[in-house]
Amino acid sequence: MAVTNMPPSNYIRTSPDELDRIRSRYTKRSKWTFTTVLQKVLFWALIVFIVLYTLFPFYWAIVSSLTPDVDLYVYPVRYWPQNVTLEHYEAVFENGGFMRALLNSTIVSFGTVILALFFGTLAAYAMGRLRFRGRTPVLYLILSMTMFPAIAIVGSLYTFMQRFDLYNTLHGLIIVYLTFSLPFIVWVLTNFFRAMPGELEQAALVDGATPLRALWQVLLPMAIPGLVTTGLLAFISAWSEFLYALSFTINDDARTVQVAISQFTGNTQFELPFAKKMAAAVIVTVPLLVGVLIVQRRIISGLTAGAVKG
Amino acid sequence: MSSDQQTAQVTSVVEAEESRAGRAYRDRGTLARQQERLGWLLVVPPLVVIAVIALYPLFETFRLSFTNERLASAREARYVGFENYTDMFADDQFWTSMKNTVIFTVSSVALETILGMVIALVIHSNFRGRGLVRTSMLVPWAIPTVVSSLLWQWMFHDTYGVINSILKQLRLMPEDKFLAWNADPSTALGAVVAVDVWKTTPFMALLLLAGLQVIPGDVYEAAYVDGANKVQQFLHMTLPLLKPAILVALIFRTLDAFRVFDMIYVLNGYATETMSIAIYTQQLIVGRQRLGEGSAPAVIIFICVGLMAFIYTRLIRVEEA
Repeated sequence: MAVTNMPPSNYIRTSPDELDRIRSRYTKRSKWTFTTVLQKVLFWALIVFIVLYTLFPFYWAIVSSLTPDVDLYVYPVRYWPQNVTLEHYEAVFENGGFMRALLNSTIVSFGTVILALFFGTLAAYAMGRLRFRGRTPVLYLILSMTMFPAIAIVGSLYTFMQRFDLYNTLHGLIIVYLTFSLPFIVWVLTNFFRAMPGELEQAALVDGATPLRALWQVLLPMAIPGLVTTGLLAFISAWSEFLYALSFTINDDARTVQVAISQFTGNTQFELPFAKKMAAAVIVTVPLLVGVLIVQRRIISGLTAGAVKG
Repeated sequence: MSSDQQTAQVTSVVEAEESRAGRAYRDRGTLARQQERLGWLLVVPPLVVIAVIALYPLFETFRLSFTNERLASAREARYVGFENYTDMFADDQFWTSMKNTVIFTVSSVALETILGMVIALVIHSNFRGRGLVRTSMLVPWAIPTVVSSLLWQWMFHDTYGVINSILKQLRLMPEDKFLAWNADPSTALGAVVAVDVWKTTPFMALLLLAGLQVIPGDVYEAAYVDGANKVQQFLHMTLPLLKPAILVALIFRTLDAFRVFDMIYVLNGYATETMSIAIYTQQLIVGRQRLGEGSAPAVIIFICVGLMAFIYTRLIRVEEA
């Protein structure tokens, strides 16, 4: 039969070198003509512009935070510092309210992430790996929670928190933050668990392991990179949260760092506080940037799988 | 050990295995029930959180929007029917905030998508240092919204702001002009959009770039051989293939932009020119303690966002398993 007489498929496969040669026949040879040079220049100008555009504001914050006031409030501005000073950072670190807020934010963000990761991983395992009735509606509910408008419940939450003595407390904020971090983590990790190969887990189950043991010993070790990335994203959103923190705190006891820097003022009415504001802004941002740079590759894929939250 | 014995032993092992497998097979009913029970047990904590701290307050918001409740007031609240809604619709500030929010949402999302597309296409081509450019684009996204507002507030400053300084040095602005971009009524809303575009465009670009990278290269080769030029390739191949990614990003961004609060609040506070509907609501509830009246716009926001979210979930369809 004709089919059996066909040559094996590798007979008709073209080698990569050969493919390149064929391709180059169809591609114009690049010459250093005026147009190609112009194209190259324009292309690189565009790249430089993009990088400048994305990085300049933060660069400017760093420069301003390091510049003495006498050099800062001048025209035309100085694009790099001629005299470097750390006085603004010292002033920020000596500001008791700000330091307390930094501590508050750390407690609230870590508390939120640890709780959300713990309960979120278990729930995501159930949604991604176990069969039970009602799983799809639950998943829809959780997905819709990732889009929930916080402003719609600020008022009633306010009374709720006052009634249960949660107003102006750190654990109150943690509980409220779970409304966005928990659904986010469940949603991202459910997709993550679903995409995992099932053989190892099946093998463990056949050997008599309980589902939770299979999760703990087989799936979790494989999931650690995903957990770290998702945890970092949840940390960023808790650390950056503003509306709840502004509405549900009244003083240093629970004020988070975002609220504190938004209310930063100079020592006197006449002092321009921008250098100190920039120093505080840099302090608040650097931990996030370090984390993001460490796991940057996974962040992009994690976000596309989960939510496109900005 | 004789071969007979060996055979017998092997047989018994096999039999044991078989009976175990049989038991496991027969146990499938109980296993399924166990899974069912464990599954529900594990999803209970998130469901409780959602029910108690989101759905119940949401229900309360609806109820409160028909009362004249105030925060921290001993006065007995009563039901006022649709009064809060009629008052709200008669309030000019409500309509200004709504208009601001719609302008902000449409223009920032449109700009972010178009610019993001351009940036994604540029980065998609191969060049040295591409990884670095991509990394730098994560920076605006990782910066907290409050911080990015503060950065731009300083850059927008009328006397010492870097933007005015650059424009004057480029002779694009008269030396004696001092424009406070975020405070001047003619530029305030534009300034807010600019901050949002700066913060979100790079991320949009990364999302679109991820979409671009899954389009196989030979599609383009085929088009090239067929004589399609770059513009045709983009319009007839790239864009249709990217459509799902663009749609998802668009709707999510629209949802986010519509409830904008912190960016504008930190930049401009309760200023009328840039007040968004979320700021309007928050000012009524927390600032002026009018819980009942403030719940009416909160309900409106929820309905708008709910509609958009509904469309979104239809579009991406949770895969049924």
